Amino acid sequence: MSASHRLHVDALTAQENRAAYGKCNNPHGHGHNYVVEVMVGGPVDADTGMVMNLADLDRVVNERVVDRFDHRNLNLDPAFERKVPTTENFSRIVFEILRDALPEGSLEHVRIEETENNFFECYGA
Amino acid sequence: MIFLTRRATFSASHFYWNEAWTAERNQAVFGRCANRNGHGHNYTLEVTVAGEPDPVTGFVVDLKWLKDVMEREVLSEFDHRHLNLEVKEFGPGKLIPTTENIAIVAWKRLEPAIKKAAGAQLSRVRVYETPDIFAEYRGGE
Repeated sequence: MSASHRLHVDALTAQENRAAYGKCNNPHGHGHNYVVEVMVGGPVDADTGMVMNLADLDRVVNERVVDRFDHRNLNLDPAFERKVPTTENFSRIVFEILRDALPEGSLEHVRIEETENNFFECYGA
Repeated sequence: MIFLTRRATFSASHFYWNEAWTAERNQAVFGRCANRNGHGHNYTLEVTVAGEPDPVTGFVVDLKWLKDVMEREVLSEFDHRHLNLEVKEFGPGKLIPTTENIAIVAWKRLEPAIKKAAGAQLSRVRVYETPDIFAEYRGGE
């Protein structure tokens, strides 16, 4: 999914924001093609041979995450009202959204690639 | 706890040779990798750091800082070099620059620098020798 963000904290001065975030603090934001990987775990169902129906997983991820964040400005999402949209924070927010939407205990981890050179993983703890 | 991973690439040459063995045994064990003139790879280094996002900045560590640490501790001495001849941990009587040992050496170079970043710790070093082969080291024995 593709989204824009700006790393800026109101509690810091303009100079402190610039020092902490560099070009990620540019006033009009910038964007990334984020890649979200969702891993679920569990026993293989005896009837279906599946841990989870991939179509169901796709639907939940699309409805709860992609539809909400794709082609949006992350800073304007309520989840980031008091949180700076670093991909550290983004990966934890996506984990929490999916943990609550998927069958209890099934979500193992969420991994978000911000660029081809970096990614962030949240296992829930 | 969030796990943050940064990737970087370097290109280097190496060969596999155990000085304690005969040439025949080296060739039998290491095959083409024992050719004494060496050969090269495009390596990918993946460094994973674990920690809690800072409550103010939202960062586990600054990615630019991590990039600079990787450059200073590893890439500046490995990239476009012959590992057996030019990197101090490798060579006759020292380690053989297998992908396993490159991962361990990179860990040992990176860990002291990353320890200095308050609240973050080195979690994993992964080295890809080709897109199909990688070794990873998580510290310890």
